[in-house]
Amino acid sequence: MTPSILFKDIDEPGLATLDVYRARGGYGDRLKKALSMERDALVEELKASGLRGRGGAGFSMGTKASFMPKGIMDKYLVCNADESEPGTFKDRELMQKCPHMLLEGMIIAAYAAGATRSFVYIRGEYTQQADILEAAVNEAKAAGLIGERILGTDCSLSLWVHRGAGAYICGEETALLDSLEGKRGNPRLKPPFPANQGLYQGPTLINNVETLATLPHIIEMSAAEYAKIGVENSTGTKLISVSGHVQKPGNYEIELGMSSRDIIYGLCGGPGEGRSVKLWFPGGSSSPVLTGDDLDLAYDFNTLAKAGTMLGSGAIIVVDDQTSVVDVALKTAQFYRHESCGKCTPCREGTNWTVKMLERVKSGEATPMDLDLMASVCENIIGNCLCVLGDAMAMPIGSMVKKFRGEFEQYIEDARAAAERALLADPDAAEPTPFEPVAA
Amino acid sequence: MRSAGDPDVYVDHTPRTVPRFAHGSRVPGWDDPVDLTKDPAGVPDPAVCDVPAALRAEIENHMARYPDPRSAAIPALHAAQRMYGWCSPEAVEQTACVMRVTPGYLAAIAGFYDQLETRPVGRTSVYVCTNISCSLRGADALLATLQVQLHGDEDVNLRGFECLGACDIAPMVSVNGVYVGPVDEGEVSELARQIAAGEDPLPAKQLLRRPCQDPNAASQDRNQP
Repeated sequence: MTPSILFKDIDEPGLATLDVYRARGGYGDRLKKALSMERDALVEELKASGLRGRGGAGFSMGTKASFMPKGIMDKYLVCNADESEPGTFKDRELMQKCPHMLLEGMIIAAYAAGATRSFVYIRGEYTQQADILEAAVNEAKAAGLIGERILGTDCSLSLWVHRGAGAYICGEETALLDSLEGKRGNPRLKPPFPANQGLYQGPTLINNVETLATLPHIIEMSAAEYAKIGVENSTGTKLISVSGHVQKPGNYEIELGMSSRDIIYGLCGGPGEGRSVKLWFPGGSSSPVLTGDDLDLAYDFNTLAKAGTMLGSGAIIVVDDQTSVVDVALKTAQFYRHESCGKCTPCREGTNWTVKMLERVKSGEATPMDLDLMASVCENIIGNCLCVLGDAMAMPIGSMVKKFRGEFEQYIEDARAAAERALLADPDAAEPTPFEPVAA
Repeated sequence: MRSAGDPDVYVDHTPRTVPRFAHGSRVPGWDDPVDLTKDPAGVPDPAVCDVPAALRAEIENHMARYPDPRSAAIPALHAAQRMYGWCSPEAVEQTACVMRVTPGYLAAIAGFYDQLETRPVGRTSVYVCTNISCSLRGADALLATLQVQLHGDEDVNLRGFECLGACDIAPMVSVNGVYVGPVDEGEVSELARQIAAGEDPLPAKQLLRRPCQDPNAASQDRNQP
């Protein structure tokens, strides 16, 4: 059975309050233990746990913390709670039901990074969750857990919840920093990386909610024990968000390395009666898609990378065989077109032209050559922008065209024939009605 | 024939509309003519710009949280939007006056973010997620039905929205930040009525009441002494 770490008794009434969280051992011995360790020893402990960032990139959390420069200067810790990757909703459940776990993790991470100021950048749409989180922060401040000299140690931390205002790009770490500085959320050129020059040009450690919430548990059970969960290079448990055509969509905590079939069919009940999995996004809408034949892959960072895709944020979106791949591709591309910040030309133009080409496919004006053109547009986005938003469109669209090329071509043929029939039936109709996407 | 030295070539004060951003642009007012004869607005003068005390206090409270007060731009615009219903020129000017930045700086921020409105809209914001997971479960039809049922209601700002982070309750609607879902076909009329009447939307289907789906999350011995 999967060990339950983050989600253990998550529905316990009142868990969002300090008293119940404390009764469970929160802010107790494990926090004292963490704050009494030497900084370097704490960072080594985090490295030894093998914990990889849960936000999408999967970079080792301990290594990231070790990049923070030594010395006395203003250093910052930023929690990335701008969970906007389509299909992802795990941080929402954590913040809503157990906000103190995140705060405790932030205290530990801030101590490891030597940061004295911290911010939680939560997406503006999560109004209720931000309210719950702010209430928890106020409780923790009143109890002296956030502020000067936490638990009598020389560790001090200020913490504010900062609400965004609806922009997918602000989940990208440097765009998040720009947004937090009160600018438009445009990604920055890297290097310098945030560990050297981040928020207000100071060294900054940025981590996802789930990553930070795991830290208290790593300290409590020791890094060596934590590293025993999961598989090599993918240690620990992972919260996954399963949505789309499954019978029981929701958040699940799994041990990394579990079979994908067990997740989609076992935990979530699979698609309905008489339907089968046509394609699935293993790590949010930015990950290249897999098909029904790939269901036996183990769900961990390395296996999915070898299969040409990624674990990303752990969001599985299942699409069944009754759905056209063209619709899925169009929805995906429209999202990235809307969310592209416009700073880099390949992404701004590439996402727009991909949508236009997919609309041509839908309206029957495309030829199979358009598929090649689309693939070439996608190729020219990847790696040519400051951030990976463009890549995040190009990779899934590219993989869909590659894996379902036959269906795309059939669709083009059918749509063209339908348009022709409509024209023959009513030759006076001036123009075929253009495809109109729902305005977002 | 015109030459490069001719001063009239490059300085053209005629206001014109240039339909460059017709598709997918997030730049508000792209087709509004700009009066190029005027200087851009500077930082508003506090002696002239009258800011309501409550708004000033809220913005200053936010500014005090950050090493750089400009960080408060988004929370400040949110506060002004709550007061005026949208980021109106008046709201932006007052915010700029308190924050000591130019209105243009804040207009650029307001134009970037989806939740900051740069046009007058209804007070009740109703977002219907139309992203992949929700559209697989009928979000487009839900949005279309709501558009019909709430048609003409000027208090409601109904819009399709990108992923709202609640794919487990797809198709879902966010009513002033309260997430409800999954909204069945039969419930749409009831939901529309509640939105129009300003009632609590579908109380039984609100996200905050939804238990975690993970079967391992509730341990067996929880209720034992």
